[in-house]
Amino acid sequence: MPRTDPVAGPDGLRAGTPDRPAAGPTRIAFGSAAAPPAPAEPDRSGHDTGPDLGPADTVDLGEVRRSAGVDEVLDALDRELVGLAPVKQRLRELAALLVVDRVRARFGATTDRPTLHMCFTGNPGTGKTTVAQRMAGLLHGLGYLRHGHVVTATRDDLVGQYVGHTAPKTKEIVQKALGGVLFVDEAYYLHRPGNERDYGGEAIEILLQAMEDHREDVAVILAGYADRMDTFFTANPGMQSRIAHHVDFPDFTVTELAEIGQRMVDGLGLTLSAEASVALHDYLELRVEQPWFAGARSVRNALDRARMRQALRLASVTGRVGMPELCTLTAADLRASRVFAGGLAR
Amino acid sequence: MRITQGTFSFLPDLTDDEITAQIGYALGHGWPCAVEFTDDPHPRNTYWEMWGMPMFDLADPAGVLAEVNACREAHPEHYVRVNAYDASLGRQTVALSFLVQRPTAEPGFRLDRAEGADRRIGYTVHSYATERPSGTRYPVPGGHQGNGRAAH
Repeated sequence: MPRTDPVAGPDGLRAGTPDRPAAGPTRIAFGSAAAPPAPAEPDRSGHDTGPDLGPADTVDLGEVRRSAGVDEVLDALDRELVGLAPVKQRLRELAALLVVDRVRARFGATTDRPTLHMCFTGNPGTGKTTVAQRMAGLLHGLGYLRHGHVVTATRDDLVGQYVGHTAPKTKEIVQKALGGVLFVDEAYYLHRPGNERDYGGEAIEILLQAMEDHREDVAVILAGYADRMDTFFTANPGMQSRIAHHVDFPDFTVTELAEIGQRMVDGLGLTLSAEASVALHDYLELRVEQPWFAGARSVRNALDRARMRQALRLASVTGRVGMPELCTLTAADLRASRVFAGGLAR
Repeated sequence: MRITQGTFSFLPDLTDDEITAQIGYALGHGWPCAVEFTDDPHPRNTYWEMWGMPMFDLADPAGVLAEVNACREAHPEHYVRVNAYDASLGRQTVALSFLVQRPTAEPGFRLDRAEGADRRIGYTVHSYATERPSGTRYPVPGGHQGNGRAAH
């Protein structure tokens, strides 16, 4: 990696540009070149990236991975997220690339900073936002992002309502995201091909500029449905070329969804009875075929409604209830759903 | 004469790295930062012109430094400062304010004495820079005669 100054502005503007000589005879200029040089590899994350190395040295890559917390994040990803095998594979590849790059930089080899902008495509409820959060943690651990927070933006946050409103609005969001991840949900809504007076195009331009200027500081992740993202990229070729990683999120299978539901129930401190587990599986079999299915989000909603039915059932019980009753969802709670009665009319 | 206003003003001018570190300190305390500029260095000139709006909800100093650099570019021979505002109840004031740019040549001040009745002397500070109209006080060396506004 070439030595870069993390604090230089977007255009490398600082005191001491050619038209403004900073080295006056008596003057110690702000930000002048006379300042002590920044360390060659600025410590951005709080993790020690290690000393510079000579050509004869060797490095234990496993050690680098451990100290950067890469394995931790990837294992957590494996452990906590169900399914998503291709996504996990892509993240492993990316993490490996970043680790190797990091070490190459320590050897003094010139590696361009890899582009971190990504595009996540997939149907609703396939874990795009969740993975974006993990991604931020991973990039932070590797020292590519200083903070690793995620700023979520939709069209409303980026596009203004009148002339001259869009650029400051978009810039503000980008500034908030510096040092972290800017997650643009449903990015294709930025572009409205039918309406030439729409300000979405301006937001895209500003975003593109920010993706170039702040390449060092922010990772932009665009997310949305695969087919509409393709249309979006066709209309904005500049965007396509600035995004290095396209990750496609597959739909969850029913078994995976049932597993997700099981984990959600555990997270809520509840248990499913054996019949309820079967009922949940049956429910999901039917639900995936019905309209408005939104992946893991639908599972969450189904469980929320089951909890309501459980609460109603318990509230109408005369007599005493104990811990097991309060903490168990039964098959009846799930089977009362209208999904079993054919669901919404198509 | 080198003016000393705000925090760190008796230290050598801060480098960009040091400025970033100070902004990081302010943001770490939850103080939003604002960039201001002026060409009137009088110590009682508290209301400087704002460079854009104060920046809220930033996590990273790079965003503030980008604005500082934009302001430096538009006003290469002005005083530029960063203010960090602490909005917490009971404080609600500027918590940190420091210069990030000063003009190349600072003409300084003169002390004026006005003798009144009974040989009483009133004192006032006169800034040589303000003898010229605003916008022409610190000409850009070798550059166009600045009007104090961004060239668009």
